Amino acid sequence: MSAAEQVPSAIHSGNRLYRERKRTNFILLVISGVAIGFGLFWLVWILGTLLYEGGHALARATLYYQMTPPPGADGGLANAIAGSLVMVAAGTLIGTPVGILAGTYLAEYGRHGWLAGATRFLNDVLLSAPSIVIGLFVYSVYVAKVKHFSAWAGALALAMIVVPVVVRTTDDMLKLVPNTLREAAMALGCPVWKMITSITYKAARVGILTGVLLAVARISGETAPLLFTALNNQFWSTNMNAPMANLPMVIFQFAMSPYEDWHRLAWGGAALITLAVLVLNILARSLFARSQYS
Amino acid sequence: MIDVQLSAVLKSREDTEDPAPFKPKLRVRALDFYYGNFQALKSVSLDIPEHKVTAFIGPSGCGKSTLLRTFNRMYSLYPDQRAEGEVLLDGENLITSEEDVSLLRARIGMVFQKPTPFPMSIYDNIAFGVRLFERLGRGRMDERVEWALKRAALWNEVRDKLGQSGYSLSGGQQQRLCIARAIAIRPEILLLDEPCSALDPISTAHIEELIYELADEYTVVMVTHNMQQAARVSDWTAYMYLGELVEFDVTDNIFLKPKKKETEDYITGRFG
Repeated sequence: MSAAEQVPSAIHSGNRLYRERKRTNFILLVISGVAIGFGLFWLVWILGTLLYEGGHALARATLYYQMTPPPGADGGLANAIAGSLVMVAAGTLIGTPVGILAGTYLAEYGRHGWLAGATRFLNDVLLSAPSIVIGLFVYSVYVAKVKHFSAWAGALALAMIVVPVVVRTTDDMLKLVPNTLREAAMALGCPVWKMITSITYKAARVGILTGVLLAVARISGETAPLLFTALNNQFWSTNMNAPMANLPMVIFQFAMSPYEDWHRLAWGGAALITLAVLVLNILARSLFARSQYS
Repeated sequence: MIDVQLSAVLKSREDTEDPAPFKPKLRVRALDFYYGNFQALKSVSLDIPEHKVTAFIGPSGCGKSTLLRTFNRMYSLYPDQRAEGEVLLDGENLITSEEDVSLLRARIGMVFQKPTPFPMSIYDNIAFGVRLFERLGRGRMDERVEWALKRAALWNEVRDKLGQSGYSLSGGQQQRLCIARAIAIRPEILLLDEPCSALDPISTAHIEELIYELADEYTVVMVTHNMQQAARVSDWTAYMYLGELVEFDVTDNIFLKPKKKETEDYITGRFG
């Protein structure tokens, strides 16, 4: 009979190690609960204020079809809403293909070389670069050369924010596709490009789409890149080579003004962007959730 | 105990044959294989007989999967892996062949340890590989899909749901789908890398039966951890240990009268 069998079992509720573990667990639970409460408090305050102040403006139909008014007059945000939609759409259309193709290179072709590692690192730098830097960059290489602000310049700056987000998610999502699936396709005599377009894109499509939606949400509220590129426009404009109105700039201009009417419109615009981003996020999440359980 | 069971299994087989000379489909000569600096295969030489089932057995890490993966150059997807020596398919050395590796892989089908259905319908899983090399009309493609699924003993279970995702099938069905996918492009050789290790006994029995039948038309090479499985389905067996081929003979000889002491120790469970 060994020594271990002679002592009574240590497994009972009065065990000191067990009680210490339970106490640590309780303390950590309280600390993380307080942290959640702290974060949520500010978030709810911001959202609450936004909806309270912007709710009235949102409820007025004139917001959606009248132009931005001069001080003291009644008006809406129609030109800014349209401008934002156009530039976000153009930025997404330019940035998404570049991002998806670059992400594909990183995850599928460049796995074993140094180039992918270096590119991935630079992409991460770009991902966290302050957006005003991107605005200034487009200003110096495009706006300063053609000597006028334009919606194209704005779309270009937004595209440069889309690219690193989409590269990162495409890269990550393709890397989640198991290698056995790639080997199975190659074992049939499938060329690499066909394997990527027919198999791995299909397996990762929801994740990639989620990345694009998140990029759209990100650029919808960007002000700094547009400050030096699209500028603003008080009137309705469909000319991509001229300055174009957009929600973030209008909010910035109106909120800084001393006029009560403009303040109301700024609140309305802010609430509108927030709700649009919220809807996009919910859409992205529900897409992602569906893929995981299908 | 184990060898008593094995001999019972072997006696139940009808075709206990002599180690007669055979027509080799693949000839392996002095094959070395490296993962970076690690040598995983040491001068392996053997002939894989045509239209027979050949099994590779041995403890984990002995190089049996590595050997299998040289036959369709799967290793060439990974730059740190390389092979030296000869693997002759109809007289041509695969290792140094200039031929496009896609063509080679289409001639040599492979089924993996874990089922790997593609993210598409059951029908398209089969049609995908066929479309790579053949342009078939709808009707002929339907026939081909049906033929492959029947050959893989899956047709009766999926005939009414060909449009459903390949993932909707059970593990055993998914593996048979992968076998159907591999034979749909009509390869000459079928490589099976532990095809039953993720499956329950009933699915395993299905697949073993299938492997035995497939040898009529294809040259089948399989890796297995399961010695009873090797004894049940293979005609020839190779025992490998630490990257070397220890013994290669007709399956009955390997299990009933192995020539080498190491082989006997392994198959009787004294080592392994």
